[in-house]
Amino acid sequence: MLSSYLTMAAILFCIGLYGALSKRNAVIVLMSVELMLNAVNLNLVAFSKYGVLPSLTGQIFSLFTISVAAAEVAVGVAILIALFRARGVVNVDEFNEMRR
Amino acid sequence: MSGFYINWSGELVAFFAFAVIMIVGAVLMLTLTKVVHMVVSLAAVFLGLGGMFVVLEAEFVAFVQVLIYAGAITILMIFGIMMTHHQAVQHEPARPVHEIVSAVASILLFGILFYAIRTTEFEPSAPPLQAGVDNAMEIGKQLYTQHVIPFELVSVLLTVAFIGAIVIAKKEAE
Repeated sequence: MLSSYLTMAAILFCIGLYGALSKRNAVIVLMSVELMLNAVNLNLVAFSKYGVLPSLTGQIFSLFTISVAAAEVAVGVAILIALFRARGVVNVDEFNEMRR
Repeated sequence: MSGFYINWSGELVAFFAFAVIMIVGAVLMLTLTKVVHMVVSLAAVFLGLGGMFVVLEAEFVAFVQVLIYAGAITILMIFGIMMTHHQAVQHEPARPVHEIVSAVASILLFGILFYAIRTTEFEPSAPPLQAGVDNAMEIGKQLYTQHVIPFELVSVLLTVAFIGAIVIAKKEAE
């Protein structure tokens, strides 16, 4: 049963990776990153039940991951809003000031 | 590698139901064109994952998932779309090479992960955790004894992050 959950998390992670790499809208990229973080949470909780040493630590770690992800999304959306005010676009391939 | 015999337990049925919801939601998130529809399908993924946590007997994590992800983060994403992207339609990207390379990289990563999962022998030294009884109480006890320092650090991190988000996003004084 553990491998089913791990495969499910791998599918979610790869869908999120594809979205984060291929989408242009920065909000969609942020959502894809959330999808990848969710896949990691699923792995943590699955190992907490079926892992080599089953314990509650995996669930507690996933709680920490969820709170850090919430902070990350808040800061990410704030940066997007500030960038949209400054530039008028939200496409990730046009945010290249620091490269020039 | 296990055989092809499938034991249709209740857990497996629930797992497949939630897995179908999550995969359909994730694929819809990538293929829909309106950004608001993408957020709704992402909420479906979050709710399906919450159900999967219930199947894994992690009820507290499941409710936190529904509250924070399906509630707060989805609403935050909708606000982000409203504040930035008024026509709210994802243009068709005119860069097929980039898309194909991304898809190949993702599928390659999935192949590696799937191979690793199928070939690794997970032999638990203990029976599966029965965390369904007093799950929230046990998590609370461990949070305030073993993991109290990370817990406090997370509270500091959340405070700093939200103050920082307000400072970044507020209108600059003229």
